[in-house]
Amino acid sequence: MDPKGPVGQGNRQIIVDATLIMLFIVVPTILLALWMGWRYRASNTKAEYLPYWSFSGRIEAVVWAIPILVIMFLSGEIWIGSHKLDPFRPLESDQKPVEVQVVSLDWRWLFIYPEEGVASVNELVIPAGRPVHFSITSSSVMNTFFVPQLGSMIYAMNGMVSQLHLQADQPGEFRGISGQFSGDGFSDMTFKVRSLPADQYAGWVSATRGAGPVLDQTAYAGLTHQSRDTRPFTFGAVQPDLFNAIATRQAPPGPGPVAQYGRETTPASGEN
Amino acid sequence: MFGKLSWAAVPLHEPIPMITSVVVILILLGVIGWVVAKGHWRYIWDEWITSVDHKRIGIMYILLGAVMLVRGFADAIMMRTQQAAAIGESAGYLPPEHYNQIFSAHGTIMIFFAAMPLVIGMMNYVMPLQLGVRDVAFPTLNSVGFWLTAAGALLVNISLFVGEFARTGWLPYPPLSETTYTPGVGVDYYLWAVQISGIGTLMTGVNLVTTVLKMRAPGMSYLRMPMFCWTTLASNLLIIAVFPILTATLAMLTLDRYFGFHFFTNEAGGNQMMFVNLIWAWGHPEVYILVLPAFGIFSEIFSTFSGKPLFGYRSMVAATLFIVVVSCMVWLHHFFTMGAGPAVNTFFGIASSVIAVGTGVKIYNWIFTMYGGRVRFEVPMLWSMGFLVTFVIGGMTGVLLAIPPADFVTHNSMFLVAHFHNVILGGVVFALFAAIEYWFPKAFGFRLHPGWGKAAFWFAFIGFWVTFTPLYILGLQGMTRRLQHINYPEWAPMLYLSVFGVAILVVGAACQVIQLVVSIRDRDKLRDVTGDPWDGRSMEWATPSPPPMFNFAVIPNVEGEEAYWGIKTRAIETQRLGPEPVYKPIHMPLNSPVGVITAFFASVTGFALIWHIWWLVILGLVCAFAGFVWFAWRDIHEFEIPAEEVARIDRARRAARRAILERLAREQGKPA
Ligand code: HEM
Ligand SMILES: [Cu+2]
Ligand SMILES: [Cu+2]
Repeated sequence: MDPKGPVGQGNRQIIVDATLIMLFIVVPTILLALWMGWRYRASNTKAEYLPYWSFSGRIEAVVWAIPILVIMFLSGEIWIGSHKLDPFRPLESDQKPVEVQVVSLDWRWLFIYPEEGVASVNELVIPAGRPVHFSITSSSVMNTFFVPQLGSMIYAMNGMVSQLHLQADQPGEFRGISGQFSGDGFSDMTFKVRSLPADQYAGWVSATRGAGPVLDQTAYAGLTHQSRDTRPFTFGAVQPDLFNAIATRQAPPGPGPVAQYGRETTPASGEN
Repeated sequence: MFGKLSWAAVPLHEPIPMITSVVVILILLGVIGWVVAKGHWRYIWDEWITSVDHKRIGIMYILLGAVMLVRGFADAIMMRTQQAAAIGESAGYLPPEHYNQIFSAHGTIMIFFAAMPLVIGMMNYVMPLQLGVRDVAFPTLNSVGFWLTAAGALLVNISLFVGEFARTGWLPYPPLSETTYTPGVGVDYYLWAVQISGIGTLMTGVNLVTTVLKMRAPGMSYLRMPMFCWTTLASNLLIIAVFPILTATLAMLTLDRYFGFHFFTNEAGGNQMMFVNLIWAWGHPEVYILVLPAFGIFSEIFSTFSGKPLFGYRSMVAATLFIVVVSCMVWLHHFFTMGAGPAVNTFFGIASSVIAVGTGVKIYNWIFTMYGGRVRFEVPMLWSMGFLVTFVIGGMTGVLLAIPPADFVTHNSMFLVAHFHNVILGGVVFALFAAIEYWFPKAFGFRLHPGWGKAAFWFAFIGFWVTFTPLYILGLQGMTRRLQHINYPEWAPMLYLSVFGVAILVVGAACQVIQLVVSIRDRDKLRDVTGDPWDGRSMEWATPSPPPMFNFAVIPNVEGEEAYWGIKTRAIETQRLGPEPVYKPIHMPLNSPVGVITAFFASVTGFALIWHIWWLVILGLVCAFAGFVWFAWRDIHEFEIPAEEVARIDRARRAARRAILERLAREQGKPA
């Protein structure tokens, strides 16, 4: 709840507004309930006793009207919010967005920068103040790409590409996580987000480019094996169109536990 | 010979499951040994296991649900303590392989084997009594439904000792739940346990709907039914509508896992999003299957303890039916983050919030039921007041989650976890505790000790808020659910606070157990001789406590809303009971072992399917079918209770009622 970008601020604003609208009615309701119980407690013989009173058209009307009105307010909020904060919608900015392709692995994150021709694992570096357009897929099971302080999350699914637009207003370091349980390594499937000033970002790109290994289909196949090693590292070059190959399953999905151990990982592995 | 099963499947090297197994097995053997040694076996077999009496079956459902509630609570304690222990460098005491089984088992057990049996048990026990009839529409089917549920519960618990349980959450999302990523038997345990019990649930749904539609006492028109019968009808209509979806969806996953189909796999055009859609098309209505009967329970309690009819009865009926329909149109709110686009998200967001209208109306109606009343704060009423306060907040956070852009940062977070516990604990479980307190004297003939009951309520209420408020806060700080290890030490204080809350809840649970023990000890002091301990308003209170097997010696003729209230006020005004009826012999269905036998072989089949022991699968299926046919096929299926016996029982009831009238007359004679 400490947003550092326009999307996160939008999410937060909606939560705050909606909560206030609802508290406006919820708090009086709770107080009314408690008061009613107290006022008409059996020991209070001063309160009138109406043993047959069980209908009042006027109260009924109010009772239906109050929730309907609240929900009408909220519907407006839902309508506008869903359109304005649609994850697929580009952010308004005079700068061209950075393209980042995200692949969730078992249990790491791969970030490909197609325009810069570099890639990194478990560390996402972005320029501050510039929108970032994420294209997100999964190498195997479902995950959620989520940087809480930047805002909205979205599913990573094998064979499909989700879109997400985020922006960090200031330089800083944020946490990235998966929001969807994805297996034994899920808890530590975190990544670091570093938002850098434009010149430092350019410096990072040029320092990364050419240094370190090349990310091609073979290297990618290695990454898809299950691993709980969350240390970040980078690739100095990326095979063009690799992301497309992953998203269309030309690069095979992650093999799961079998290939890693050569056998099932359960206690019940003794077939026959 | 034994498929995948071998000694390696028994977790001999793992202390936690091993010790649990040994303790559980010893307790079971002890109980069985005691029963046999004391010679109670025949009684238990004749009067309970093979019983087709809706009251007995209802009590067995509640017992099953209560035991599973304890098991699920133990899982919950482990999860909360693991998260508090595994912060930063520390790995806690449960490795992911275990932790992931525990949260999966917790959710599965709590929904399918604790909440569902408790709710179905209540409906089974109370609804026929309230309708003024002698049993449900299909008594033997009722027994089959119960035993199939028990079979599912058995399979889940066997997974603790033999093999493993699913590590994929209470809803096994593919592709994680496909054999590629989860090859072990855990998911198979889940699938077969839920499938077998799901068939039982569907049978119960058909049975109870038929009962409400076809079996009401003469004069009991729809708009004279107590609210609890309405919500029972609504909940069971939902069961019939959506449980087949669950069965079909899990069957598709089973085909994927057993025969290499590709409904939901990554390969060969499988589509995981289909599973997510289908499972929630069942899953959202499921939460209303649970909470609608809870609403019914509260309606009965607010009205009884306020000494007034329910306010806005018709409006309540309308709100209930409204919820039934709308709850089938909101499933997408469980995955706004799939990226369906703003138009779709808007539609489902608004549809979801619209449910809150129906719920809101009910809240106000309960509040206005107290208006002008004489509210007695007995234990059931305390739970109901606690519910009002708690549930309103849970509904509010639900609506918040139904706003797509808010859900984008709270989906799958601890905030979500807090939301659904807020509505399920604060709504369904509070209702069940209230209901147990309320109908216990009816079922067993004595009240539960009020002092311990009040203590249990306060510990549960405070414990609930201390446990879950921190989770709301953690969720807003970006903590996701299902973490076995916590990387961020700043979350520690809130996690510790939550464990403290669990400790309070444990005290509350202990109070409940003590309450039961103390009440049984003091049963003579707490005896309900009248049959109407709370000054009730619906037909169940016209029977003695406990009711005779046939419920009503003569099927009552209902002459207005609040059937029993009418009879009672008339008796008090005229100072005497109605004329003694002419007693006739009563025909009641004979007991039948078909349920327990079919369910036994269903469990064998399930176990064999899980372990790929194919010959045993066939044997189990054949035996289940043969047993079903053999025992269900009989020429005589009823027995007669002679008129003298009926008369004897009913005269005792009338004598007790007369005593009340006399006592009332004496009290009125005295100057106030
Ligand atoms: C007042 C109306 C309610 C609304 C608008 C509402 C809304 C929601 C939403 C939007 C979610 C999904 C959040 C997410 O996954 O990000 C959710 C989850 C859930 N709700 Fe509610 N809810 C309401 C009442 C209830 C009630 C009455 C119950 C149960 C008795 C309930 C039980 C659940 C459960 C079990 C989940 C979580 C399922 C899971 O992901 O494992 N909700 N609710
Ligand atoms: Cu998709
Ligand atoms: Cu839902």
